[in-house]
Amino acid sequence: MTFKATRLSLAAALLGFTALGASAQDFMPEAPECIAPANPGGGWDFTCRQVGKSLQDQGLISKTMQVVNLAGGGGGVAYAEVVNKRDGDEDLIVAASTATATRLAQNAYPGNTMDQVRWLGTVGADYGVIAVDADSDINTLPDLLDMIKNDPTSVSVAGGSAVGGWDHLKVLIAANAYGVEDVRTVKYIAFDGGGEAVTQLLAGSVQAFTGDISEAKGFVDSGDIKVLAVLSPERLEGEFADFPTAKEQGVDAIGANWRGFYAPADISDEAYDGWVAKIAALYASDEWKAIMEANGLAPLDMQGPVFEEFVADSVQQIRDISTEIGIIQ
Amino acid sequence: MDTLNSLADGFAIAITWQNIGLALLGCLLGTIMGALPGLGPSNGVAILIPLAFTLGLGATPSLILLTSVYYGAMYGGRISSILLNIPGDEPAMMTCLDGYPMAQKGMAGQALSISGIASFVGSFFATWGLIFLAPQLVKIALLFGPAEYFALFALAFATLGGVSSTNQAKSAFAAALGLGLAMIGVDTQTGVPRFTFGEVHLYDGIDFLVAIVGLFALSEVFIFLEHRHGNADASAKKVVIGRLTPPWSMIKRCTPTMLRTSFLGFLAGVLPGAGASLGSFISYSMEKKLVDKEGTFGTGDPRGVAAPEAGNNAAAGGALVPMLALGVPGSGTTAVLLAVLLSLNITPGPLLFSQNPDVVWGLIAALFIANFMLLALNIPMVGIFTRVLMVPPRILMPVVAMVSFVGIYGISGSTFDLLVMVGFGIGGWVLRKLDVPLVPIILGTLLGNAMESNLRRAITIDNGNWGTLIDSPLAIGLWSIAIIGFILPLIVGKVVKRGMRAGRDTAKDDENSLVD
Repeated sequence: MTFKATRLSLAAALLGFTALGASAQDFMPEAPECIAPANPGGGWDFTCRQVGKSLQDQGLISKTMQVVNLAGGGGGVAYAEVVNKRDGDEDLIVAASTATATRLAQNAYPGNTMDQVRWLGTVGADYGVIAVDADSDINTLPDLLDMIKNDPTSVSVAGGSAVGGWDHLKVLIAANAYGVEDVRTVKYIAFDGGGEAVTQLLAGSVQAFTGDISEAKGFVDSGDIKVLAVLSPERLEGEFADFPTAKEQGVDAIGANWRGFYAPADISDEAYDGWVAKIAALYASDEWKAIMEANGLAPLDMQGPVFEEFVADSVQQIRDISTEIGIIQ
Repeated sequence: MDTLNSLADGFAIAITWQNIGLALLGCLLGTIMGALPGLGPSNGVAILIPLAFTLGLGATPSLILLTSVYYGAMYGGRISSILLNIPGDEPAMMTCLDGYPMAQKGMAGQALSISGIASFVGSFFATWGLIFLAPQLVKIALLFGPAEYFALFALAFATLGGVSSTNQAKSAFAAALGLGLAMIGVDTQTGVPRFTFGEVHLYDGIDFLVAIVGLFALSEVFIFLEHRHGNADASAKKVVIGRLTPPWSMIKRCTPTMLRTSFLGFLAGVLPGAGASLGSFISYSMEKKLVDKEGTFGTGDPRGVAAPEAGNNAAAGGALVPMLALGVPGSGTTAVLLAVLLSLNITPGPLLFSQNPDVVWGLIAALFIANFMLLALNIPMVGIFTRVLMVPPRILMPVVAMVSFVGIYGISGSTFDLLVMVGFGIGGWVLRKLDVPLVPIILGTLLGNAMESNLRRAITIDNGNWGTLIDSPLAIGLWSIAIIGFILPLIVGKVVKRGMRAGRDTAKDDENSLVD
């Protein structure tokens, strides 16, 4: 996997950090800690553990990153903890992803908003895919969306997140972009995780699957499912290059499940810039590229203020579509 | 004979000093973690992931270490079930039903060793099943759509009456209570929070472990506190461990049970989302239906100990099938193992067997080695574990309370869960006073969510048509078994009960101490 698209922004980002001066580079957390807002084994847990390990391997932090699992409320427990109790803690970072933004947008963290923490940066993204069984008659994304347009009851779409969750929203974003008038009619079936959803696709219980590329990869390699579209801005690199994008099929839909971190509010600018610089340096390293490739992560490189703006935008986009389908008022 | 050649290659990979050492370490640590209430196989594996990574182990040795922990924890869970009437983890819950009465009869040593043998039989056959049937079993998993899953869960609940011997109405009440508790949290089908009262900690629902530790361990402590002021010494029975090895006749009597339940448990494990708890539960209630002619199940029948243990260990092996072959975890622990595989740059799924044969066969060989080690560890070491019983309750109970608090806090790191646990402890104490069995509550909580989601998935897929629930031969078959399993005991039960009543009076003493 190479990084043509982001190389420029990466260089710009690095230049930016050198300009921050010595203070950010000198920042070294005394007892680095990463909160994974879920039980061991999930995506957030591994974001923390992998990043913690790689930061230490590369000497970006001097001590072992302590990973704390603070599960509950789909990340809401950890969010409330950081906002209420860990304010100003400069040693702490928290794993986040699109799911965090989705829940913030839908007010699913009671009483919390996105500007109560500081958003540090991303370490990669998992692009959304829409897939069908390998034997299916459906061959392109417009084929599928036409079926939904004509008779929404004829297609059940399975995904690994709850209704209103990211897997659901991805289909709706695509349906919306294709001009399906009432996206609420799209039949979405929620399963416990992408693996179960794919299994039900293979079992023939449902007609289509929405999920992340990493969830679908193994089944594509084995020839069990066929990817109709990947929701990335342009074709991905390497082994994913065969997947057509939604955009080239005339459906202007992009869905990236980013993985990244936030930190408590009220930390000093040195600490904020320091963490941002460390994550940027990690992202730029060859070791991290290997890890991304191993885990099916695609490039998505945003740090500091750029990332804060991006999160704000995606919260707004998700809020709009959630209002449209009636998940929030 | 390709399979056997591959297996031989697997043994060649697995048999190195380092790998055997890791398997031994994993088995030991796993057994200890399984035995501690609150620490189950999934936490055990999760805790040891950093160890595997910091040791810089490769893919195969890491997996050998972690799956040994997994198998070890499945063995260990039974120890506290039998000795303390507190399940060490969810699947070991059913072992309490007959294991604890056996211990009270002074047959703790035999209960531990027969359950150790049953665990061995269960995992041994499950590992062979994994070898020969993995590709075919995946097809079985594919037969199960949401409607069939719903029928399967309905079957589990319909046979619930078989679990608690005392009062059917009370066990139905307990199951309903459990189902009600399962409804707490964000509804996955609509994203709407239910019964959460705006409390974000309740959004994910109630953690089974918190419920189990509260209901079983803490309520035990409360009962002890209550008795402390009165007849403390009278209630603390003089403990007799008895002989450590089961007589041959007992093993012989349990063998058919172990074989049948290994098969059942294995099947339950293969189905993603069903897992070891359902495996041990179905094993126990089916076995009770089949062989419990004298009504001895629940009063310390060795077959009642062998059935759930063979069942849950077989399910543990079975759960590896969908994890390896489909990349779909069949249980919490396999979800953690799946994450480990991914981080080791191995993508489980249909191609794993052809792309990483060294990993798969090394792992399977390691499972065999770990299983023999566990049997060897568990039989002679039973003596050490039974010593736990010699500790007087005034020392043991504070330790139980401490382990419960530390264990639960260690999982979630949240004080809210501790409060929930104390709440469950008090609830459990009240329910014990009322003679309400606790096991159906946990089963309701454990299976309720999956049952509801699958019902609603099935109905949604078929646009609100309820007929979809009996649309496939498999679903119809499952429903028939459920209905027969529910109705038959009502008819036959009366006849059997008359015969039982005579035998019951002699067993009355045990029955009284057998609150759940």
